[in-house]
Amino acid sequence: MTQVLERLGYQVHFPAAQTCCGQPAFNSGYTEEARKIARHFLDVFRDSETIIVPSGSCTSMISHHFADIFEHDPKLLAEAHALEPRVWEFSRFLLEVAQAEDVGARFDGIVTYHDSCHALRELHIKTGPRKLLAKVQGLTLAEMNAAEECCGFGGTFSIKFPEVSGAMARTKIDSIQKTGASTVVSIDSSCLMQLQGVIDRAGLPIRTLHLAEVLASR
Amino acid sequence: MTAREQIFGEIRKALGRAAGRPPLSEAAPLHSGELAAPTLHIPRSDRNLYVDLFVQKFENLGGKSIRVRDTSAVAPAIADLLVRKSAVASNSPFLRKCGVTGLPQVHAGFTERDELKEACAAADIGITSVDFTLAATGSFVMLSSHNEARLVSLLPPAHIAIFPRSLILANLDELLSILPRPADHTSSMVLITGPSRTADIEQILVRGVHGPGEIYAVIVDQA
Amino acid sequence: MKAPETEIQQAINDSRLQLAIYTATGRLIDHRAGVVSAEALPDYQELRDKANAIKKHTIENLDYYLEQLESNVIAHGGKVVYCRTGEEAADFVINLARERDLHMLVKSKSMTSEEIHFNERLEKHHLQAIETDLGEYILQLAHQRPYHIVAPALHLTRYDVADVFTKELGVENEVVIEKQTKIARGVLRQRFLEAGMGVSGANFLIADSGAIVVVENEGNARLSTSAPKIHIAIAGIEKVIPRAQDLAVFLNLLGRSATGQPLTVYTSFLSGPRRENEIDGPDEFYLLLLDNGRTKLLADPEKRQSLYCIRCGACLNHCPVYRKIGGHNYPWVYSGPIGAIITPQFHGVNQDTWLPFASSLCGACAEVCPVKIEIPKLLLKLREEVTEVKRRQDSDGMERFAFQLFAWIATHPKIYLLLASLGSIFFPLVPPIGPLKKWASQRTVPEPAKQSFHQYWASRGGRNGGARRDRA
Repeated sequence: MTQVLERLGYQVHFPAAQTCCGQPAFNSGYTEEARKIARHFLDVFRDSETIIVPSGSCTSMISHHFADIFEHDPKLLAEAHALEPRVWEFSRFLLEVAQAEDVGARFDGIVTYHDSCHALRELHIKTGPRKLLAKVQGLTLAEMNAAEECCGFGGTFSIKFPEVSGAMARTKIDSIQKTGASTVVSIDSSCLMQLQGVIDRAGLPIRTLHLAEVLASR
Repeated sequence: MTAREQIFGEIRKALGRAAGRPPLSEAAPLHSGELAAPTLHIPRSDRNLYVDLFVQKFENLGGKSIRVRDTSAVAPAIADLLVRKSAVASNSPFLRKCGVTGLPQVHAGFTERDELKEACAAADIGITSVDFTLAATGSFVMLSSHNEARLVSLLPPAHIAIFPRSLILANLDELLSILPRPADHTSSMVLITGPSRTADIEQILVRGVHGPGEIYAVIVDQA
Repeated sequence: MKAPETEIQQAINDSRLQLAIYTATGRLIDHRAGVVSAEALPDYQELRDKANAIKKHTIENLDYYLEQLESNVIAHGGKVVYCRTGEEAADFVINLARERDLHMLVKSKSMTSEEIHFNERLEKHHLQAIETDLGEYILQLAHQRPYHIVAPALHLTRYDVADVFTKELGVENEVVIEKQTKIARGVLRQRFLEAGMGVSGANFLIADSGAIVVVENEGNARLSTSAPKIHIAIAGIEKVIPRAQDLAVFLNLLGRSATGQPLTVYTSFLSGPRRENEIDGPDEFYLLLLDNGRTKLLADPEKRQSLYCIRCGACLNHCPVYRKIGGHNYPWVYSGPIGAIITPQFHGVNQDTWLPFASSLCGACAEVCPVKIEIPKLLLKLREEVTEVKRRQDSDGMERFAFQLFAWIATHPKIYLLLASLGSIFFPLVPPIGPLKKWASQRTVPEPAKQSFHQYWASRGGRNGGARRDRA
């Protein structure tokens, strides 16, 4: 991601003190713990001009759920609201701020795109990444039927209900196979990790890549 | 404490109200904001086109429609359907006007409930008029009355509805704007949208489960 | 209390069942999509907003509208019976039947009646309630509970049905679906004509009309409510909407969301016994208004939106978890996402504590809910409540420790970094134990990257501060 941004002329900073947005704790009902982690996030990024996030789920956590976490703390709530307009999911930043649909990438092969749930339903990201992929030289984009279905990760869900999680992933992979794609792309690494794990177990010749990796390819 | 008292008590407690809410007759204002007036969407289109839309929707559902010029053409148009069949007709004056009640296979004039039920249970075809139809969904609208009993359009395995074109409304919204409180007029208003059907077994569509599996619309252009 | 792991695994391993669930729900998904698209229903989103607003207003003024409903039912010659529990509802029907010397009644599909074990209660008093909806009739014969709110026999094949009919009706084994339907039709027709009492549910209760609305495709609800001399309707108190004209919103959403039908075959608007000039219809009408815990949900301002549900089943159809574990693996009659949020509210969060966690929070349910219930948000609230209960019971030991530890690490960046860099060395050595064992069984455990981003960035001499905003 940093390669693509720098190629487009942006000055990228990586605050070393960053850790996590707190989503795993929040989704498991540990709101107090999530609050601590989110507060740390605010500390690290409070003064940042623009924050690019290579993850739909983290972006939605920061932009939408920090308000729930800090519901009862006016000061932190105000900070979260102040942060929100400066937080950008990577593909949305490219299209809406950098206005770069074509980043000069090259990637040969058939690719299918997986709509990660937070990106699709909370951030309403659907056509953006597809536009970016369409401009990649050598790349053929094939839509799978189950593009919008959940991959089954869901954070601790995959640990608490592994058989269901695995079955959900296998349904996605069946759909991927039907497209003939050798690569599945998403903007959420957790989804990619979930799918790759089940792909590898099945011994299939499919690889998972983050959108940024495809866009950085030359 | 009666069940009624207890339930209302729980409701009021749950909603944070004091127990002694004034009764209905005092018409207390409603809390939590006004309820917006209903907005009904009635398309502004040529009423003459409604019949084409109705026929299209009706036939998509599996109904068969027959268009006739005037009331004198009705009986001949349905003659084939009645061959070797027995029919019960409702008491609708329009059916009399169309000469349907006089046809040999048609039994009409029932005013007693059990007699009517027996006749409908035995008949092959039920013939009625309608109160309205809805073009957007291909629906019949039937209000129970002295002229239209409920079971005529329900018990026999086939149903023929005969009506003038002028009774075709645009859609459900228009019906509700004309009849904002159907309960003022009847104990039963039913919208019939296609033949009876089910997909309960393996999602395979089967027609004519309990209600009629065959329905016909005879539309009279000039009534 | 614990998730039914064995049964869930069985459901997942049953490839015939998986195919049945996936294709049936897939069909319902496609049908719905076709009729709520921008071309088919341009004001779909507007309708959802209106439906949500009407429900919110009504629920927040529930006492007012129930009073109005009651007064209008009585004005049209009907009677209203308030039932605190399912037992009270069943007892009313049993007593009325006894008074009139009736031993059988016909019944149309009603999830509310399933909720209160209506048929079983009646049977104990030798009153037979015959299900007349085809799917429910088959289930009644098979002694099973519904698999889906709208498509109750979704999990059965024609061969299952054939066997049930042969066993319970004594007919020859018949696998052709159309013929099976005819068999049921023949049996049930007699019942409609003989029954002295018909029981229905209600999709909506109309306050300004003293009326109920029942939607269906088969005609069994019309017959159950028109042929017998007594009609009893059982409905939860939350079913009320203010005006008949509000049906323009709700009827345009219900059929489309449930099965992709702009209107179901029959939409009945019933207000009491037959009027003086009407030839047929019941002589007596009773509306049983059921609480059975709904006032508990009403008391929670954040979660009372659960009561907006119009039972369309769209959330079930779109839920990737429902589509894998199926309707019978939910602890209550209401399955899928709506079941997941109302079950703990009715039964208490300390029952079935696994249920709010059996979701990846994908949000597909909220996207399709016609009344815009915020299901994922309520699941998160319930998760919070469950963890609170466990904390007080001190039964969450290991998990709480894990998250507290994680929170500590994530607020101490140097430690976080250290563990991240060590992770690439040690992660492959961690044996999959406990909860990780099953997680690992489903997949090839990923190898962490050889180089963390921190290490990569440092090696390039990248800037480490945050890019500062200009302070004006």
